Amino acid sequence: MYDIKKNYQGRTISDVLNIMKENSDVKIIAGGTDMLIKMKERKIKDVEILSIGDIEDLRGIEIDEAGTIVIKAATRFIEIIKNEYILKYIPTLAKACNQIGSPQIRNIATIGGNLCNGAVSADAVPTLLVLEAELHLIDCDGNKRTINVNDFHTGPGKTNLVSGKEILTKIHIKKENYENYSFDYYKYGKRNAMEIATLGCAVGIKLSNDKNIVDDFKIAYSVAAPTPRRCKSIEQLIVGEGVTQDTVNLIKIENISELLPRDSWRASKDFRLQLIKEIGRRTTINAIEANGGKLC
Amino acid sequence: MLKIIKLNVNGKINEISYDDRESLTDTLRNIGLTSVKKGCEAGECGACTVLLDGKAINSCLYLTSWAEGKEITTVEGLATEDNDFLHPVQKAFVEEAAVQCGFCTPGLILTTTELMNSGKKCDRHEIREEISGHLCRCTGYENIINAVEKVVGKDIS
Amino acid sequence: MGIGKNINRVDALSKVRGTTKYTEDLIPHNALTAKILHSKIANGIVKDIDISEALKIEGVMKIVTCFDVPDTDFSTAGHPYSLDPTHADIKDRKLLNKRIRYYGDDVAVVVAIDQIAAQKALEAIKVNYEQFEPRLNVYDNKKIENPLHEFYPDDVMSRMDFYLESDNKAIFKNHKVLDELVKNHSIEGNLPDSNKSMKKNEYTLPIVQHAHIENIVCFAYMEGKRHIVVSATQVPHVVRRIVSEALKIAIGDVQVIKPYIGGGFGNKQDIIYEPLAMYLSKLMGGVCISLILSREETFINSRTRHGMKITTMLNTEDNSLRMQNRAASIISNQGAYSTHGHAIAANAITNYFQMYSGSGMQFGSSVSKYSNLPSAAAMRAYGIPQICFATESQMDDYAREAGFDPIEFRIVNLAKIGDVEPFNDIHINSNGLVECINKGKELISWDDKKKKYEEFNINSKDFKKGIGIALFAYKTGVYPITVETSSCRIILNQDGSLQVQVGAIEIGQGSDTAFCQIASEILSIPEDKINIVSCQDTDISPFDPGAYASRQTYIGGGAVKKAAVLLKKKILEKAVNKLGISFKELDLIDEYIIRKSDGEKLEKLENVILYSMYSLNNTEHLTAEATYTGLNNAFAYGACFADICVDIPLGKIEIYKMYSIHDSGKIINPQLAEAQVHGAVAMGVGYAIGEEMLFDKISGKPLNNNFLDYKIPTSMDIPEIEVAFVETYEPSGPFGNKALGEPPIIAPAPAIRNAVLFATGVSINSLPLNPQKLVSAFKEANLIDEE
Repeated sequence: MYDIKKNYQGRTISDVLNIMKENSDVKIIAGGTDMLIKMKERKIKDVEILSIGDIEDLRGIEIDEAGTIVIKAATRFIEIIKNEYILKYIPTLAKACNQIGSPQIRNIATIGGNLCNGAVSADAVPTLLVLEAELHLIDCDGNKRTINVNDFHTGPGKTNLVSGKEILTKIHIKKENYENYSFDYYKYGKRNAMEIATLGCAVGIKLSNDKNIVDDFKIAYSVAAPTPRRCKSIEQLIVGEGVTQDTVNLIKIENISELLPRDSWRASKDFRLQLIKEIGRRTTINAIEANGGKLC
Repeated sequence: MLKIIKLNVNGKINEISYDDRESLTDTLRNIGLTSVKKGCEAGECGACTVLLDGKAINSCLYLTSWAEGKEITTVEGLATEDNDFLHPVQKAFVEEAAVQCGFCTPGLILTTTELMNSGKKCDRHEIREEISGHLCRCTGYENIINAVEKVVGKDIS
Repeated sequence: MGIGKNINRVDALSKVRGTTKYTEDLIPHNALTAKILHSKIANGIVKDIDISEALKIEGVMKIVTCFDVPDTDFSTAGHPYSLDPTHADIKDRKLLNKRIRYYGDDVAVVVAIDQIAAQKALEAIKVNYEQFEPRLNVYDNKKIENPLHEFYPDDVMSRMDFYLESDNKAIFKNHKVLDELVKNHSIEGNLPDSNKSMKKNEYTLPIVQHAHIENIVCFAYMEGKRHIVVSATQVPHVVRRIVSEALKIAIGDVQVIKPYIGGGFGNKQDIIYEPLAMYLSKLMGGVCISLILSREETFINSRTRHGMKITTMLNTEDNSLRMQNRAASIISNQGAYSTHGHAIAANAITNYFQMYSGSGMQFGSSVSKYSNLPSAAAMRAYGIPQICFATESQMDDYAREAGFDPIEFRIVNLAKIGDVEPFNDIHINSNGLVECINKGKELISWDDKKKKYEEFNINSKDFKKGIGIALFAYKTGVYPITVETSSCRIILNQDGSLQVQVGAIEIGQGSDTAFCQIASEILSIPEDKINIVSCQDTDISPFDPGAYASRQTYIGGGAVKKAAVLLKKKILEKAVNKLGISFKELDLIDEYIIRKSDGEKLEKLENVILYSMYSLNNTEHLTAEATYTGLNNAFAYGACFADICVDIPLGKIEIYKMYSIHDSGKIINPQLAEAQVHGAVAMGVGYAIGEEMLFDKISGKPLNNNFLDYKIPTSMDIPEIEVAFVETYEPSGPFGNKALGEPPIIAPAPAIRNAVLFATGVSINSLPLNPQKLVSAFKEANLIDEE
């Protein structure tokens, strides 16, 4: 039994906006796998909830004529993992989503929830960061805005979304951000399943036609700073370099200014630093190989 | 607050009263379906797994108020006259000694049933992935994997 | 039919259909919910409690605090009653406690109509504490200012010191005598008659938890003067005694019912909350009170496995693999309350001398110290996984340094048939350990892999492969330290089928199935006609102290065998009556009375029982009841092998496969026995690579008491497990059988640790072998480049 004061059910998006407008304290709940745990832990109590998980307009994956992949916010991870467009154009997102929680969690948890709960360890997020995903939001007055996912997270558990006033409706991934790129995602956890990431790393890479030069490079980490984030400092160093072990070895702590790994009972700072280096390199090599490149 | 809901459980529509703060685990147990177990109530152990429209979910992280109009299956609903009151997955679990204390068993049987119904064939590693949302402390998973393999294994036609 | 066969579990059908009822499934709908207020400090005293706001919360029926409960101390240890007062368990806690001894101690309890109301009330109770600095570490010798328990001023709950004489007999001494050699609870320097320096090692074992999937749960209610407790327990008859003692109720007025239970592994061998639930029910006029711990509470408020620091010392005779002088000392972290602590540290230290022996001086000491942590008690294999990690790591460490083959080194020094162990005069009458080693070597291809992996490791920097071995010896049951007794009652039904009632407890291990096989073996009645009553009710079930010490088939099996033999005698006597043929000419085979001389079937069993029950002028119901007293003990043995690959830069161990080879005497049901081994090996793998309970070093607050942060292995973490049995015949077992339920957890951790040593050359001397620890050790060993 959950400590719910009021249980609202949204049937349509406009339904949701109206309820939000009338009840400013209401908390949005989609798949529920994160929020209900917080309620159990008494971090959220005596709460008014508004469920959006079953709204048809918030479910599904489409591709438009420009090649933009549109993932609606309440799409279940299992739907992403099995979706034909995802598997054809950005299979790395399926790979990342397939490492979230457990099969039962993936059957119900939503990609919108993974973004909006602002978790530092969110498994889908590093991949969305390197895909430069664009988030579409709407507020209770019907105003729409879009924001690059790289600007969305503002702190642990915090995002740019105005809580109780705004919802995420869909995620756009543009063709220019996936075409000719290869990707990889590496989740490092102590267990091989049912795990919260100790570190997550996503890499996107585009090699020159002859596969000898890195034309573009994007790398993002989770659980290495107060938010999941890109490391432009490294990206700049690697773009334009040859496809060599030396280039990969540029991924080292001294070259990264964006990350702030810390000591906690889950892992020491030293260990996290080791993971950042080693996993960054392994993920990069995997992405290079997926792009048809080979280290020389 | 008490409300009335029509729940489609194990092929039968039940009109029941429930507290709208309840998880689906609570409600199913209240109507006597106690195969739905509570091990953590946080989606970590998988003991409360049920099939919702054919998909395995942790019923502890699902509100009963969301379940209207959906088909729910618990392990009590698997054994029917059509399968001599022993579903092929249940039979495999018995024969492979995949059951010890039995607390995780109903959930694992349902996840395996979802897998069987999907038509997918799996090797042992894939089976490990498919059942990884269930913690079992008795079996080391070995005989459970043997049982699942008997039903969805790659060399089973 | 009978023993040695793969019979399906008797409870399998009901479990796969979901109809099996566990304690929580039986709670009546009108039961009230009790929730405990746990302390938010680890060490201190409750000064006062304000419950006024909490009482105002809707749905709250009653609040009881530590100032309200009876001033009666009780022990929670589920041991049999001891006639010897020096062996009695220490009574050191009340229903609720003013003296706070760990973060989470029980301060007050709320009874409410539902969990939410109870939870809100807990949050509204204000507690005023006097706080002391928590003591979490027992390995230092800090001066104790506020001892946790009145009668233990230095927090030392118990200690034991001994040396072995040349005939390998233990002499127990006051520790002051041994302090000449054993200084500061650890062993220093060389033994006087040793001409070689001794190699000293120190091994540290973490606190871990049973993590059975069913939480701790009970409910209690009254019917007239009857006090009824339904509980997920491994020891229902002991629960009855403890509830009676704690609440001062006549034992016959207490009825304890044990439904099916969702795993126990020793944790449900403690009687923690049954007395409180019963107390609340009584206080409220007999209403039903349910007390269900959440997962978070089960981790902290039930029991754990002891953390230990173990120091070992060893040397060998000149130019020989033969061990000479040996010593070991244990400091065991008991946590807040004593429960089983004294028995576990003692069990652990003695084991060091039961598996191997030296030719020279040998001595040991064990100390159990209280700390401000959750109480440690029984967990699968009762202290032996800890000592075995030390013993078997030491064997590899020593062998490596001395240039010995680690397996040969072990074999030369093993206890053998004919030996008498030093402490309890246990004679070794069966020992298949060398055969286990050989079988395991063959299965893992030891010699081949050794060569292959050594070559592989020369050229591979980031990945290194290894194989490792560890052995164990484990006692069966608790004799002669405490009593071994069990009863069984068998009723012959009029159709020739049986009802079997046992005191021994099915907790998932499969004992009920083994008992049916034993009854079938003696009576020649097929298992499908044998109905065992799986749920114990102390009003009805025969007596047995409970499920622990891998004793069920060894002792409980003895009771079933004895009752079955008795019933067979009664059946044949009745047949004598009916057929007019002498007793010694008759036998019971395949449900027929037969004539021994020619095997002719003379009468159906069914007709004998019908004749017995319904003859108009003379009826007799054919039943048999027998008590079996165990007067022996026997060591089960085994060898565990690990085949692994270490990812050096990430500190991750990939286990390719585990092999677990056992001498458990005769195997009653090979398929179920293998299943037991799988589960225990998996638990051992968890102990090896990931499990550890963590506490904030300053406040003592638990950090990872849930299934996400406490890493019990998933199906993705456990490798394939191959099991083999070397079936010896143990003369003291009812069918030549000995312990199996616990032993397979013992050796996986040191086997994996030794495989890491093989792979990397790095000795890791503590568990778990988690990535952070490995990376730091590999950096120190220069296996990882510092940039």
